Amino acid sequence: MSERPSSGSNTGAMPASSRNGSAKPTRNRTVREVVFVDGVRTPFGRAGEKGIYAGTRADDLVVKCIRELMRRNPSLPAERIDEVAIAATTQTGDQGLTIGRTAALLAGLPRTVPGFAIDRMCAGAMTAVTTTASGIGFGAYDVVIAGGVEHMGNHPMGAGADPNPRFMSERIVDPAALNMGNTAENLHDRFPAITKDRTDAYAVASQDKLAAAYAKDQIQPDLVPVATMKPGQGWTVNTVDEPPRPGTSVDDLAALKTPFRAHGRVTAGNAAGLNDGATAALLASADAAEELGLPVKMRLVSYAFAGVEPEVMGIGPVPATEKALKNAGLGIEDIGLFEINEAFAVQVLSFLDHFGIADDDPRVNRYGGAIAVGHPLASSGVRLMNQLARQFEEDPTVRFGMTTMCIGLGMGATVIWENPHHADYGFDIDKATATTTETGAAA
Amino acid sequence: MSAADFRKLAELFPNETVTHSYVQDIKLPAVKGSSPGTFALVTLDNGLDHTKPTTLGPNTLIELGTVLESLKERAARGEIVGVGVTGKPYFLVAGADLSTVKSVSGREQGLWMAQLGHEVYSTLANLGVPSFAFINGLALGGGLEIALQSTYRTVSTAAGALALPEAFIGLIPGWGGVYILPRLIGPENALKVMIENPLSNNRTLTGPQAFKLGVADAMFEPADFVEQSVAWAAQVIAGAVAPERANAVDPTEPEVAARWAGAIAAGRAFVEAKTSNASPAPAKVLEVMEATRTLTQAQSAELECETLADLMQTDEFRSTVYAFLDLVQRRSKRPAGAPDRKLARPVTRIGVVGAGLMASQLALLFARQLKVPVVMTDIDQARVDKGVGYVHAEVDKLLQKGRISPDAANRTRALVTGSVSKEAFADADFVIEAVFEELNVKKQVFKEVEAIVSPECILATNTSSLSVTAMAEDLEHPERLVGFHFFNPVAVMPLLEIVRAPKTDDAVLATAFELAKGLKKSAVLVKDAPAFVVNRLLLRLMGEVTAAFDEGTPADVADNALRPMGLPMTPFVLGAMVGLPVAQHVQESLHTAFGDRFPVSQNLQKLIDNGVKSIWDPASVTAGKPSIPAETLALMSFGDTPSTGEEVLRRTQDALAEEIGLMLDEGVVAGPEDIDLCMILGAGWPMFLGGITPYLDRVGASERVNGRKFLAPGVASEPA
Repeated sequence: MSERPSSGSNTGAMPASSRNGSAKPTRNRTVREVVFVDGVRTPFGRAGEKGIYAGTRADDLVVKCIRELMRRNPSLPAERIDEVAIAATTQTGDQGLTIGRTAALLAGLPRTVPGFAIDRMCAGAMTAVTTTASGIGFGAYDVVIAGGVEHMGNHPMGAGADPNPRFMSERIVDPAALNMGNTAENLHDRFPAITKDRTDAYAVASQDKLAAAYAKDQIQPDLVPVATMKPGQGWTVNTVDEPPRPGTSVDDLAALKTPFRAHGRVTAGNAAGLNDGATAALLASADAAEELGLPVKMRLVSYAFAGVEPEVMGIGPVPATEKALKNAGLGIEDIGLFEINEAFAVQVLSFLDHFGIADDDPRVNRYGGAIAVGHPLASSGVRLMNQLARQFEEDPTVRFGMTTMCIGLGMGATVIWENPHHADYGFDIDKATATTTETGAAA
Repeated sequence: MSAADFRKLAELFPNETVTHSYVQDIKLPAVKGSSPGTFALVTLDNGLDHTKPTTLGPNTLIELGTVLESLKERAARGEIVGVGVTGKPYFLVAGADLSTVKSVSGREQGLWMAQLGHEVYSTLANLGVPSFAFINGLALGGGLEIALQSTYRTVSTAAGALALPEAFIGLIPGWGGVYILPRLIGPENALKVMIENPLSNNRTLTGPQAFKLGVADAMFEPADFVEQSVAWAAQVIAGAVAPERANAVDPTEPEVAARWAGAIAAGRAFVEAKTSNASPAPAKVLEVMEATRTLTQAQSAELECETLADLMQTDEFRSTVYAFLDLVQRRSKRPAGAPDRKLARPVTRIGVVGAGLMASQLALLFARQLKVPVVMTDIDQARVDKGVGYVHAEVDKLLQKGRISPDAANRTRALVTGSVSKEAFADADFVIEAVFEELNVKKQVFKEVEAIVSPECILATNTSSLSVTAMAEDLEHPERLVGFHFFNPVAVMPLLEIVRAPKTDDAVLATAFELAKGLKKSAVLVKDAPAFVVNRLLLRLMGEVTAAFDEGTPADVADNALRPMGLPMTPFVLGAMVGLPVAQHVQESLHTAFGDRFPVSQNLQKLIDNGVKSIWDPASVTAGKPSIPAETLALMSFGDTPSTGEEVLRRTQDALAEEIGLMLDEGVVAGPEDIDLCMILGAGWPMFLGGITPYLDRVGASERVNGRKFLAPGVASEPA
C-alpha cells in the first residue's frame, strides 16, 4: 500500500527527457485527472419478440443516450466532444458500421466529432470508458462520450462468430468455455462452498434491493425514456426496466431448471438474463469540466484488466481488482462501495469470498444488480458507474468505490473511483487512506 | 350523436384501407417531483409501410371517434390527464381518403362524410382533458386538421409536407381548419396556408416553417420526437409550461376584423390572378373564412359541412382527384405502353449535337441528373464555347443560390465538355440532337453521327414537329432512333414525350424510359405523329383563337374567350412566349399534315416578316391592360365575321374534342388519360379541368363532336 507506482493515477510531472544528455528543451508532460461527468442508460428490455425493444434498432438506443447526455449538460458545446466510443459485442447489422461514429452522426453531433466501435464482450462499455479516459489522461481528449449497447434480441450471444478450430484441437480453450452458463457451473465446481442455496438467496436479495431502489427513485433519474412502436399497438414510451421480477422468493428460484447441467446449480433465476439496452457516459479532464462548468460525479483513480482461465471466466474480477488496487495504492478495505456486475450469482460470491466480504454486505450492489435489472452485454459497465456515482452522492462518507465485472473468454475488469463529495477529496491518497482506514475500522 | 351513428356511410366502403387508432397508456414523466398522471397516446397506423400513407375514410374515422369517445369517458372518470395523437413513422395522417371521397355518390352521403369528420374532431377538441397532436410527419388536409383541433401541437423538424391543400383539390379545409387556422396564426398567414400555397403548385410547409407560423407550439428533432413531445405534454399539463401564441388573434377585435377583411380581399385578387375563378373551391374557402369571423365554432361547422357537401358534388373536385391521384401520382409512375425496364441498356456517356440554348439546357440536365459525361458539339469553336459556357454559368448560379455544393458544382462542370468534331461521340451510348428544326439538317446530322458511334448507341431527336419516322429512313440502324421531346424550360417542365417510330425497338424504348426516370421527368409514350400531343393541342387551340381574331373578333374578346377554362395564360401571351416564328413553323407542319384544321394565319406571318414578336404590346400585358400597338395593327387585316367570346370558347372546345378524338383514333397515345397527363405536365393545364378530357366531357363538347364522352362516368365525374 505504501507503493506509489510512477504510472499511478495522481497528477505528477513525468521525468524530463534527457536523451543523449544533450541540452534539448525540457519536456514536461502532465498526466491529467479524469472525471466522470454524467451517465445515462435506456431502460433495459427482455430480449426476444415480446420484449419492449423488439423491432427497435440498437443504434437508436445509443442515440437516445447520447442526446439525453447533451440535454442534461447544456453547458457542453457539442463540438467540444473529442471522441465517441461505443461498445458492442456483435458488431454487425444495427450494431455494425463503426457504431460510435454512426451513433454520433445519428444523434446530431457535429460531423467534426469522431467516433469508434470497441469490443471487450461484457466489459465493452467499461473498456470504452477506460480507453477514452486514458486518452484524456494523455492529453489527446478533453471531453468524450463512452458507452455501449447490446440488443441481444437482434444479436443472440455468439451469433455469427466462427471460433478458430485450434481452440479445440490444441486445447487452448475448452469448447464448453464458450458457453457462459457452463463456466458458471465450472465455478461452482471450483468453489464447493458456494452452494445453490447461497446463489439463490443472493439472487432474491438482488431483486429485493432493486425494487427498494426503484421505490426510492434511485434508478429512474438516470434512465432515458425510449419511445417504441410495435405493429398493432402504436407508440409507447418506455421508462422502466423490463427484466426485474420483484417479489421473487427463494422457493420460486428453487423450482427453476438448471439448463447448463443436469442437477446443476445455475438457473435463469440466479443469473442475468438476455437483454437489450444501451448506456453512455460523459467523461472529461478535470480542467475541461471546470472550464465548461460540468459537474464532477466521480474521479477516476485507477483501472486494470486481467486474464484468467476461460473455463472459469467468472473469477476474472479477482485478479483485475488486485491489480487495480495495486495501481491505486489502495487496499480492499479502502473500498466503501462495490458495483459488481451480476452475470451469475456464483461469480459475485466467488469474488466476495476471495476478499472476505459477506454475501449481504451493504457495500455491495446497493441497488441490486444485473440478476434483477438485466445485462445487455457490452452496455453494462456504464450502468455500474451511473449507480456508483449516485451512491457516492448519497453517501459522502465513502471515499472510494469500485466498478468491476467478469468477461467472457476469461477476463476481469475493475475501475476504482473517488467520491468528490467526500471531505478528503482532492487530497493525496496516502493521507486519505489513513482516514478511510479509520472510518472503516469504526464501521 | 356518436361516431357509430355513421355506420351506414362506412358500410358503403367495405374495401377501405383502414387506419387504426391504437391506444397506449403512458405514465407521464415527473414534473417538479411528481408525475402529472396517465397520458393516453393514440397512434394512427394502417399497418403498411411508408409507401402506403395513412388516410381518413369513414371506417377509419368511426374507429378514431369511438376510441376518442372512450377516452373522453376515461377522462371524466379521472383515469387520464391528457390525450395525444401521433402517427406511424413519416406520417401524422395524409388526410381524407380522396378515392373514397370522390366515389361518394349524392349530396347526402357527402354531407354525412363532412359531418362524421366534425363529429370525431369535436370529440377530440372536447375531451375534458387537453389533447395534443404530435405532428411527426406528413399532415395534409384532414390530417393537419386533427392537429388543429387538438388543444396543443408539437412538430418534428423533419416533418415534411404540412398543408391544407383543399383549395387545390376542389374542397375547403372544412373539418375545422378554415375556422381554427386564422384564429391560431392570423388571417394573412392562414390564407398563405389555405390559398396561396395550394394554388402555387400545391406547395407545402416544412415542420420548421409551420412552427414559425405558429401552427405548432413546440418543435423537436426526429431522433427522440415522441419522447420529447410526451415530456413537453407533461410540462404543459403540470402547468410548468404555457405555450405562447404570438400570431394568434381574437377576431372580435375591430383591428383584427379589419385585417381579416384585408386578407380576404388580397386572397380574392390572388385567386382571380391564378385561376380566373374557373374553379369554385378557392372562392368558397375565402367565402367561408370571411363568414366564420363572426360565427361560433358550431355555426361554422354547419356551414363547413354544407359547403363541403356542395363541393364534393362538383366535377372540378372529381376532375382534380382524377388528375392528381390517378394521373400524376399513379399513371405517370407507370407509363402506359413502356416496355419491360429490364430491357434497358446502361447509359454512361451522352452526346448532344448542337450547342445552342436548347442543347445547352439538355447538357446541363443530363449532367446534373444522370451524373455522366456529356459532350456537346457544334460547327465551330465559338459556338461550342458558348454552349459549354452557358452550362458553367448555370452551375455557378445554382452554387450561388446554395442549391448545390461546391463539390457537386465542380463535378457537374467537369462532366460537360465540348468539341467541334463528332468524333467525340465515339464511345457515347446515347446521342441526342437539338439542331435546327429542318428534316434534311437532322438527317445529315444522324448520318454523320452514325458513322462514328457503335451500332448500339441510341440516337434521339428533340424535334417538336418533324417526323421521327422520316428521320430514321436512311439510317443503317433505324431501330435505334427515338423521339425525346422536352418542354421549355427544360429544367422546370416535368413532361417528356417519348416518341416511338415504327422501327424503334423495345430495348431503345426501355432505355429512353429509364433515362426519363433518371432525369426525374414523367414520360408518356406517343406514336410518331405530327407535333405529338401537347403542341398539337396547343396549336389547335391557338389556331382557333387566331382564326376568330383574323375573322374580325376584337383582340380582347378572342384572347379572353377561354378564361372560363382557367388556363395558365391566354393564347396570345402563350404565342409570344413560345415565339411567333416557332409557333408558325409548327402550325405549318400541322397544316401540311392535317389541312384546314390547322389554318396558317396570314396576319401572324406579316408580324413575323416584320420582326414583331407579340400581338400585344408586352409592356401593356405586364401592366394588366393589354393593347395592340398601332404599327402592329397596321400590318394586319381582318374579316367581317366577328364572334362573341362564348362562340370562340365553344368553337375551341369543339376543336379540342375533335382533335383528341382523332388522336385517339390514330392511336397517338394509349388513351384519353395520357392526353390529360400530357396537358397537365407539359402545358400546365389545371387539374380542375382534369387535364382536358374531363372538361370537354363536362361541357358537352365530346358528345357534340364525337357523339360520346371520353371517360366513363365516375372516372372524373359523378359515379353512375
